[in-house]
Amino acid sequence: MAEKVLMKGNEALAEAAVRVGCRFYAGYPITPQTEIIEYLSWRMPEVGGTVYQAESELSGINMIIGAAAAGGRVLTTSSGPGFSLYQEGISLLAAYDFPAIIIDVMRVGSGPGDIRQGQGDYWQITRGGGNGDYRTFVLAPNSVQESVDLIKHGYEIAEKWRCPVIIASDATIGQTMEPVVLPEFEEHDPKKHDSWRVRGNPTLEGKDQHLLANVFMAMDWVDNGSYFEYYLDKCKKMEEAEQMWESYMVEDADIVLVAYGCSSRIARETVELAREEGLKLGLIRPITLWPFPNKAFEEAKAAKAFCTVEINILGQMVDDVRLAIHDRVPVDTVGDFWGVPDPDRIIAKAKELLGL
Amino acid sequence: MIEIRFAGFGGQGILTTGMICATAGMDLGKNVTWYPSYGSQMRGGTANCSVKFDDKAIASPFLRNVDILCAMNTPSVDSFMGELKPGAVMFVDSGVVPEDYPVRDDIKVVRVPVNAIASNCGNPRGANLVMLGAMAANTDIFTVEEIKAAVEKYFKKKGIDNPKNLDCLQEGANC
Repeated sequence: MAEKVLMKGNEALAEAAVRVGCRFYAGYPITPQTEIIEYLSWRMPEVGGTVYQAESELSGINMIIGAAAAGGRVLTTSSGPGFSLYQEGISLLAAYDFPAIIIDVMRVGSGPGDIRQGQGDYWQITRGGGNGDYRTFVLAPNSVQESVDLIKHGYEIAEKWRCPVIIASDATIGQTMEPVVLPEFEEHDPKKHDSWRVRGNPTLEGKDQHLLANVFMAMDWVDNGSYFEYYLDKCKKMEEAEQMWESYMVEDADIVLVAYGCSSRIARETVELAREEGLKLGLIRPITLWPFPNKAFEEAKAAKAFCTVEINILGQMVDDVRLAIHDRVPVDTVGDFWGVPDPDRIIAKAKELLGL
Repeated sequence: MIEIRFAGFGGQGILTTGMICATAGMDLGKNVTWYPSYGSQMRGGTANCSVKFDDKAIASPFLRNVDILCAMNTPSVDSFMGELKPGAVMFVDSGVVPEDYPVRDDIKVVRVPVNAIASNCGNPRGANLVMLGAMAANTDIFTVEEIKAAVEKYFKKKGIDNPKNLDCLQEGANC
């Protein structure tokens, strides 16, 4: 087995991107994700890649669109208000069917918020913060190792489906150091995307090869195809094929917690503590927030109620759990804002839901 | 599960001390997490980080039942002594925490004159290593030899080979 190294989540995301062939990064620093651009600013030149600190996030995401158009593995990262500035570009990536990874290392609060950990971007990242009718994959690592693993997986599904991927980390996962095994180096050849990438040389490829257009314009106006059916079918297939989750002691659980990212670490500790006192808790941890892992809930047959554990006020994931279980039993939430939900509070809520 | 808090002034090497400790744990084959306080701290205020060791997978990186506090100044004692579990060990820098400073009576307090020892070793920036040596000698998280190996590895990776670092560890262990 490869050697384990002690790395911060943010730096591990950056190194993993380099190792799986990302050679273009554009973005703008913001806490708590600045280690990513800091790391890449010395690391990328070592492998012949480019890091561009743009004058704003808006500029950065548009550079990403250009590099994605050329077929490269591309990356940008942000947090909080900076990530909000990316929404127009993410919508455009989706309109173009371009693969790219956009990382949101979530911090707390609306507006400028604060730099500590948060999970208030759930609605924004799972529903789409940009205009129009589109989906993006959303992957939520809960450890440094999984941050690394989901970079590799993220590029693979982004290219397989030609769909942008958002990696939803958070300040805790980004700042925590843990032992990690890094992936082997792999080369990415943009030529493997010759069927759709923009090559910009009309004498070689014909004028179609530098057409940069919304896919629906290309399909409906140029080819007389049906974008409606194409995009609906694509989203249904992505939703069916790409659900990921981890279940922990779910089968016999009376109360099933649902949590992702750093909250899922606390939820798992809570399950262990509750089981010691005979309280049957379980945990479903969505790894994909979109598609939401509806299939995971089939196993939770004994559950009398579900409870999300989130670092936000409004219990943003509750809607998705209700849909997944067709409102069969109650769904509640334990949240926090300036801190993280405490296991004692979660256990108290579980007892309340059981009428104990 | 071992839960450790390192705390002191910003610039004292608190985060690095925790990182060396976590590296030592990893080299012993344990699961470890290291989590910093970060961000808009006041200049001269406290910095802290938390380290967890376990043979099992570590669920949460946040501390709950703290076994060891390494407090390099009095504000750190004030902030973090309360979270220690009964029977925990608190290491303090006796150069800045007065001998009559009020402490809990259900914990063990180890007083280490870290700066004086580091200066005597000719390595005034090695105060945090003195503390790690004292931790090795007064707890069973790692032996003095294990922490020496981890420190050597940590600094050699950075291209630094300073034998006085090992002297600091040893003198810390002796006190």
